Amino acid sequence: MAEMRYIDAIRLAMYEEMRRDERVLVLGEDVGLKGGVFGCTDGFYAEFGEARVLDTPLAESSIVGAAIGMAANGLIPIAEIQFSDFIHPAYNQIVSEAARIRYRSNGTFGCPITIRAPYGGGVEVHGGLYHSQSIEATFAHIPGLKVVTPYTAYDAKGLLKAAIRDPDPVLFLEHKRLYRLVRGDVPDDDYVVPIGPAVVRRPGSTLSLFAYGMMLHEALRAAEEVVTEGIDAEVVDLRTLRPLDVQTILASVRKTSKAMIVYEDNRFLGYGAEVAALIAEEAFDALDGPILRVAGLDVPAVPYADSLAAAFMPTSTKIADAVRRLAAY
Amino acid sequence: MAVRDTRVQPARHDALGLGPSDLLDMYYYLALARAIDERMWVLQRAGLVPFVISGQGHEGAQVAVMWAIDRGRDWLVPYYRSLAACLVKGMTPRDLMLGLFAREGDPSSGGRQMPAHWAHAGHRIFTTSSPVATQYLHAVGIAYAARVRGTGEIAVTSIGEGSTSQGDWHEAMNLAGIHRLPVVFMVENNRFAISVPTRLQMATDGVAVRAPGYGFPGVSVDGSDVLEVYGAAREAVRRARTGEGPTLIECRVERLTAHSSEDRQEKYRQTSDIEAARSKDPLVVFKHYLEQIGLLDEARYTEIHGRIKDAVTDATDYAESRPAPDPATVTRHVFFEG
Amino acid sequence: MPVEIKLPQLGESIHEGTIARWLKKPGDSIEKYEPLAEITTDKVNVEMPSPLGGVLVELLASEGETRPVGAPIALIDVAVPEGPAGSSEAPAADQPATTEPAAGRPVAAADAGAAPPAAVRGVRLSPLVRRLAEEHRIPHHVLETLRGSGAGGRITKEDILHYVADRDRVGAHTEPTPLVAPRSGDDVVKLSPVRRAIAQRMAQSKREIPHAYGVIETDMRAVVTWREAHKEAWRAREGVPLTYTAFFVAAACEALRAYPIVNSSWSEDGVIMRRAVNIGIGIAADEGLVVPVIHDADRLSLAGVARALDDLTGRARAGRLVLADIQGGTFTITNPGVFGSIWSMPIVVPGQAAILATDAIVKRAVVRDDAIAIRPMMHLGLSFDHRIFDGATAVQFLNHLKGWFEGFRDGR
Repeated sequence: MAEMRYIDAIRLAMYEEMRRDERVLVLGEDVGLKGGVFGCTDGFYAEFGEARVLDTPLAESSIVGAAIGMAANGLIPIAEIQFSDFIHPAYNQIVSEAARIRYRSNGTFGCPITIRAPYGGGVEVHGGLYHSQSIEATFAHIPGLKVVTPYTAYDAKGLLKAAIRDPDPVLFLEHKRLYRLVRGDVPDDDYVVPIGPAVVRRPGSTLSLFAYGMMLHEALRAAEEVVTEGIDAEVVDLRTLRPLDVQTILASVRKTSKAMIVYEDNRFLGYGAEVAALIAEEAFDALDGPILRVAGLDVPAVPYADSLAAAFMPTSTKIADAVRRLAAY
Repeated sequence: MAVRDTRVQPARHDALGLGPSDLLDMYYYLALARAIDERMWVLQRAGLVPFVISGQGHEGAQVAVMWAIDRGRDWLVPYYRSLAACLVKGMTPRDLMLGLFAREGDPSSGGRQMPAHWAHAGHRIFTTSSPVATQYLHAVGIAYAARVRGTGEIAVTSIGEGSTSQGDWHEAMNLAGIHRLPVVFMVENNRFAISVPTRLQMATDGVAVRAPGYGFPGVSVDGSDVLEVYGAAREAVRRARTGEGPTLIECRVERLTAHSSEDRQEKYRQTSDIEAARSKDPLVVFKHYLEQIGLLDEARYTEIHGRIKDAVTDATDYAESRPAPDPATVTRHVFFEG
Repeated sequence: MPVEIKLPQLGESIHEGTIARWLKKPGDSIEKYEPLAEITTDKVNVEMPSPLGGVLVELLASEGETRPVGAPIALIDVAVPEGPAGSSEAPAADQPATTEPAAGRPVAAADAGAAPPAAVRGVRLSPLVRRLAEEHRIPHHVLETLRGSGAGGRITKEDILHYVADRDRVGAHTEPTPLVAPRSGDDVVKLSPVRRAIAQRMAQSKREIPHAYGVIETDMRAVVTWREAHKEAWRAREGVPLTYTAFFVAAACEALRAYPIVNSSWSEDGVIMRRAVNIGIGIAADEGLVVPVIHDADRLSLAGVARALDDLTGRARAGRLVLADIQGGTFTITNPGVFGSIWSMPIVVPGQAAILATDAIVKRAVVRDDAIAIRPMMHLGLSFDHRIFDGATAVQFLNHLKGWFEGFRDGR
């Protein structure tokens, strides 16, 4: 057991899997000698060689398209998209190909690929319009694709290992701010966190906050901020966005009677809309208040200037304000 | 007469290492593919199936390229005109007809895809989609895996000339060239992307000239000449197998039908052009060659076509008799089911 | 800055009001004290003046909607202070332009839309509260009287659970829920806000106040004779008609002075003896019974009472009573006699001790000095809260009135 940063847990997961199974390889832009622009594959090139630590041409469709072929022929590729903002040239390969291969071949072919994509913005990220985007709503919409976004270092390692071993394509979203912000105990042993189950990070009774990734961090802070006001918020880490853990969500709402979803992506048709619809459909008679969403603004992406980025982002302060209103409702 | 011709002109097939049984088998697949294709149009016009997309005119090139690979071990990443290639690779007439009728047991997709989206895991025919050119990158990935795993396999993929305008086509050429991957890139250039002629698709005279830009050779061959295509394919396979890298083979073929059953090619194609295309029908050309070398006499012709007719009738009757896919299976195979 | 306008406390023991009509629409300018809405509460339509000047931004309750006291019903953007003369400066940054349409709420990351939806019917109940109410068999009229602890007085899950706990502790307090359902061919007349208010108040009174009754008969000859002789001149002199009701009010004031216990209110802490004598008068208006109040009626002359009555009656029937007109009653007189009733037992107005019914004045044969005489006779009925006083007091009070009427002399 060692305390480590989120990014180290990501690196460790890949390292252990590549050591464990020689079919596993990484490919992407700058993953080789440089070790990735964030350092997620630092040292891999020397350890595993060029064939398994493949610097690709600067072409995202190539990264995913080739990974699909590699997976068809017995490899287990981890494709790194340098910034989730650049994933869209690979959209067709992900959506029309990877996500449908099993279905369109009636189960005779699979597509065991993991696509890692650093996402997210905020004042600390300084990413501007094209190094800050959240993409989960776009891809969680796609049947046949699993979408995972861990918050803790423990989950980062365990879920990435589960993704690599998963027989289906997994989009693995890592919030850039979490890389060096979140630390936690990560066991040395070979464990996986299963794809699917959500987890209650903070039990509470007043209302339920559903979040994931960076916004879970903000939601937990907001929950602590309102404790002295007699508001006992339950905070649920969704972790896996697809498939979604319906039971944990409904159980929480049935306990607290009030629900709020927090996400950094644009509010309109964002992930929270699906969670809200689920609650409205399945737990309507448990509701003692409106289902609220606290989300990013409906502007194209996170602007660069600090003042604008701050205005865009949901923060613990903004979440706490909404929590107070929902609690008082 | 055929015997005399053989004496006068040394047989081209001898130089390519093809024996009489190869030639007759190749002819069988060519004619079988044509017969199945024609039956598909009949079924569509009779209202028994809703849609057909055709490979007529392309069969010779496909059979020739597939004859050059190890059909058991190597990979085919096809496209929607690859009917003959899939037959050579191991799919049966029944397999193809099950796909056309979208019946239970369709090995390509279980009735989920439109016809002509062939796939067969057992025969290493990878599943394809309708967005064009994506398959080229898959073939590159398959070839990369073969290289890393040291299996000695190669991948063959094909595409129409219109689809070479897609970014994925260029990306695949680039990536394969960089790593000298064991892949054979086939382009079946029939001069029309549905209706758009090559002059509006590319500024170059054909696509073969592009290959050197990616660091490997491209050849342009007469797709109606089975032996010429085979010769190019044999060399391409050798290069792939020995680590020299990819080859682009542009097969100049004729599209003998409209793009699909939804298309009326008279709107954009001269009648004279359609008629002229008939003279480059690979089935006619190859039959003539076999007759010339004395391999195909009337008795053998009757025997082969009798087998083909039986196979097509059997496949049609079989597929038509199969039930539609169970509606309960609509939610199956979204994810791995263990 | 938009400021929430709340439903005012429209009178003691009034918990809610119904928006009968909005007099302004979003985007309208409104001056301070300019009428904003007609609010229906207990028995009257009240014109609610705006507590602020500015621009009406949004209506948070729709017409016909009943909201608890204190609930926000509108948003008013307070007027931007005028700049220096001739200045055309834009409003300051913290005072957003007020021309934004009501629906265009400002978009902010944390603007989670926590403002309650504008359009809800009746009492706002969440799905959970509705389910709990059903499960615990809490009838609708009880729900309506529950005090909500949520935003804007909303009944929360906790409110319901507390109510149920209290009710179960008290014991078998089962609310009768008559199952009245329309049968084939029946029509259902929708309850007007006024009808509903009357129903609630009357039911509340009958539930909470143990009613007792006393009735006596009085000879009205002196009053009738005097009125007939003077009413023309009175009208000419005072400008208002001299109604019998004026006599009743005057008589009641004197009787209440003699029996102040009748001018009181029950509370668990003790009987509240009302210093002021504010007489409510039941008046049949188009929408239903209304009860405007003559404040400090005991300080008025007969003429003063008559003028006050004329004013209130006119405005009540025109639907133009103001809030003050219906507040503060300490005793009520109802006059079913005008419709011919000869014996009435009215319901005490909640918060008061008694109500007097004056019935029709009818000529009857009575015995006077051992002889049969024809006299204009009238029944006086007193309904009273038996918790506050007993039958003896009630009859003494009625006898005092009787003495006043029978001993009426010119000049009083």
